[in-house]
Amino acid sequence: MPTLANYLIASGLLFAIGLGGVMLRRSIIVIFMGLEMMLNAANLSLVAFSRYGLVNGHQNYDAQVLVFFIITVAAAEVAVGLAIIVSLYRARQTTHVEDLDTLKF
Amino acid sequence: MITVAWITLTAPLVAAALILLVTRTNKPLAAGLAILSSLISAVGGWAIFLSKTTGEFTAFNWVDLGDFTIPVGLALDPLSRTMLVIVTSISPLVFIFSLGYMKKEEGYWRYFAGLALFLFSMLGIVLANNLVMMYIFWELVGVSSYILIGHYFQKDSAADAAKQAFLVNRIGDFGFMLGILLLWLATGSTTFSLVNAPNDSGPLHSIHLLLPVAVILFFCGTVGKSAQFPLHVWLPNSMEGPTPVSSLLHAATMVAAGVFLLARIFPLVEASPVAADIIAWIGAITALGAGILAIGQDDIKRILAYSTISQLGYMVTGAGLAFSAALPMFHLFTHAFFKCLLFLSAGSVIIGMHHEQDIWKMGGLKNKMPLTFLAYMAGMLALSGCPGLSGYFSKDLIMSYAWESHRAIFWVVVVAAGLTPFYMARQALVVFFGTPRSDHAKHAQESPAVMVVPLLILAIPAVIAGWPLFQHIFFPPDFGSLEEPHVPFFVPYIFLSAFVLGIALAVAIYRNPLNDPLRIPILQHRFYIDAVYDWAVANIQGGFARLCSFLDRWFINGVLVQGTATVVWTLGFALRFLQLGNLQAYALFFGAGVVGLIYLLLR
Amino acid sequence: MLTAAFWFFATLMVAFGLSVVLLRNPVSCAMCLVMSFISLAALFITLDATFIGIIQVLVYAGAVMVLFLFIIMLLDLRTEESRRLNFGATIGGTLVVAAFLSILLRVISSDHAFSQPLPALADPGASDVRLVGMELFHNYALPFEVVGVLLLVATVGVIVLSRKSLR
Repeated sequence: MPTLANYLIASGLLFAIGLGGVMLRRSIIVIFMGLEMMLNAANLSLVAFSRYGLVNGHQNYDAQVLVFFIITVAAAEVAVGLAIIVSLYRARQTTHVEDLDTLKF
Repeated sequence: MITVAWITLTAPLVAAALILLVTRTNKPLAAGLAILSSLISAVGGWAIFLSKTTGEFTAFNWVDLGDFTIPVGLALDPLSRTMLVIVTSISPLVFIFSLGYMKKEEGYWRYFAGLALFLFSMLGIVLANNLVMMYIFWELVGVSSYILIGHYFQKDSAADAAKQAFLVNRIGDFGFMLGILLLWLATGSTTFSLVNAPNDSGPLHSIHLLLPVAVILFFCGTVGKSAQFPLHVWLPNSMEGPTPVSSLLHAATMVAAGVFLLARIFPLVEASPVAADIIAWIGAITALGAGILAIGQDDIKRILAYSTISQLGYMVTGAGLAFSAALPMFHLFTHAFFKCLLFLSAGSVIIGMHHEQDIWKMGGLKNKMPLTFLAYMAGMLALSGCPGLSGYFSKDLIMSYAWESHRAIFWVVVVAAGLTPFYMARQALVVFFGTPRSDHAKHAQESPAVMVVPLLILAIPAVIAGWPLFQHIFFPPDFGSLEEPHVPFFVPYIFLSAFVLGIALAVAIYRNPLNDPLRIPILQHRFYIDAVYDWAVANIQGGFARLCSFLDRWFINGVLVQGTATVVWTLGFALRFLQLGNLQAYALFFGAGVVGLIYLLLR
Repeated sequence: MLTAAFWFFATLMVAFGLSVVLLRNPVSCAMCLVMSFISLAALFITLDATFIGIIQVLVYAGAVMVLFLFIIMLLDLRTEESRRLNFGATIGGTLVVAAFLSILLRVISSDHAFSQPLPALADPGASDVRLVGMELFHNYALPFEVVGVLLLVATVGVIVLSRKSLR
């Protein structure tokens, strides 16, 4: 039987991988994907808590409603974020993050 | 009656403001406003005196911090009533005299505005009910003195004299302020009634050790304002101002404010014998020193100036003998009248001599200006202590008390009392007797009535103000006692012989000379005190100023101001390197910060 | 049974996640991410959160990843060129990730409540969709509407942002 700890560690690993992706990869698209992975890791953790934290045998569905909202908002965010990336590409002709340094002092 | 007091106080201020704002070109109006205000104050002053109103009347609190309040109000008691009479009676006479004296001068409106401001400030000192208010008016009097001494400001000597007067006064006022602060610290209040509370129940116990210090600090104010040694140097130089100013401010009233202060805080002086001794000795030294210096002066006004310093020394001695507050005030009372008279008659002489002030260019004026001569003689005899005139009563009272308590001081003031008739007779003989020594003297004429009438009016109190009748009217028993002390029978004869000896010596030396047979260099240079001051200011104050400049430039400006700026700039410069413009670097910082926060929260 | 499902799908999810971060070709990354999401959906279903699991597949794997692939095609991204590694950033990033993982492990191992087995549901046959729906529309009706507005705004924003000239 998987324990809550198992699910949390899985979620944590996914989050860490996403974080590593954001910090170590140089392509904007892949960074964005890492971002999505982090969100999903959070979702997994929420659903795990919802399932394991029973009150009188009933789940607390607040967590699952929250997951619903997170998924929705993440979808909207992806749309807008990718639109920004497209305009950025049109302006700078690059998706390599190290080339975007005009805010350097 | 208290409204009358407020009107008395503020009428001159209103006049000064109106003169300043309205009457720049209208000479008669300026003079008229000033004279009207002085007459209103005179009427008010006499009304208050006759009604014998007593009490402290606070109008409002200027500073109200719960425990500590500084009220703005008037204190009426025998001391302020008598002083009020003195100030408000002399002022109209001087104002009217000025009409004639300043007729051909420019800056007419400035002069009368300054006089009105002075009257307001002086009345403020007299009527104030607490030390801080008195201090404010004290400074205002200094300001009016500065304005009036510097009336002929185009002359360098006048401008310098005005500056010197103000600055030397400020030195004394610094001590005064320290005294006020000390007293406030000890008693929690600055009003006179609380400060002078009786010894056994009042707060004086708490400052037992500091009481002499506080009294000496207050005395510093007197040393400055009343031109005692060593801060006497400004008074002779203040003679650069017009003569009516010299008579009102620097003879009768302003310089007497120092003595007035001692009388106000008399219970404190009485309670600290150490301080009282110091006060008496400084007064005696001043009396003698100024008397000696007066012998060598050639300017008609400077002789009178040194005489004033000497008489102020008498008053201060009287205060230091600590018998009663009435003792110095009695001499102040008589001195105000005859010294003002002497100065005004000197002014009349100066006008008659077309602004010539050297006595060696005068002579034989008694025939040319008989009324002035009469008034002058009345004043001169009163000052010298001629029996029967006012000065005799007040001066000799002080000297008798000195015999009783401080024999050494007694002999000092007796010698000074002998010098007074000597130099006054010298002045009288050289100016009025003998033959004219210059053209101006030959063609001198009596002054117009507007100047002579105040002289003659003033001559009356100069003669009679010391008589026992007036003593009882103006110095009632609740003011202080003026009883004659018990002295051996020969003491009054010592005074009489000093008077006669002085006059005889003067007549012997100065019978119709052409120029001064006595020329003593140390007197010419006024005991070299001025040279000492010059050296002190140049070296000590100059050195200190250089040190302060160094500290200011290198430490405050360099280290603190520039240093702070440099530190901030360096910090900013260092932090600028964090702006990498690299998205992932920012993400790294962000992530590191979040992880750190989580760690701290969950520790 | 549940254990096996959990371990299988969890391993799959983590493995595909790692490949997203390690592969060079953006399309390969996207496909791995799709697989990762589907494994995640399976994990949701093992947790009896069927509604969420289906939504995950529909929205994330179905819509979001498709959008990602569209954009990759639009921008015509080739295999990412390998530039010189910035040592400071790499070390820093690795350290942060390691720190995070260590904190997580410490927290999880600190409390015994985390080690309990799966508790039994009072009503195992209840429809998960119905229950989530009840919760959503009874207590969170307003946020629901707001999210609708949010999606509208996002749509408008996307159209504005992707115009050829920013007028």
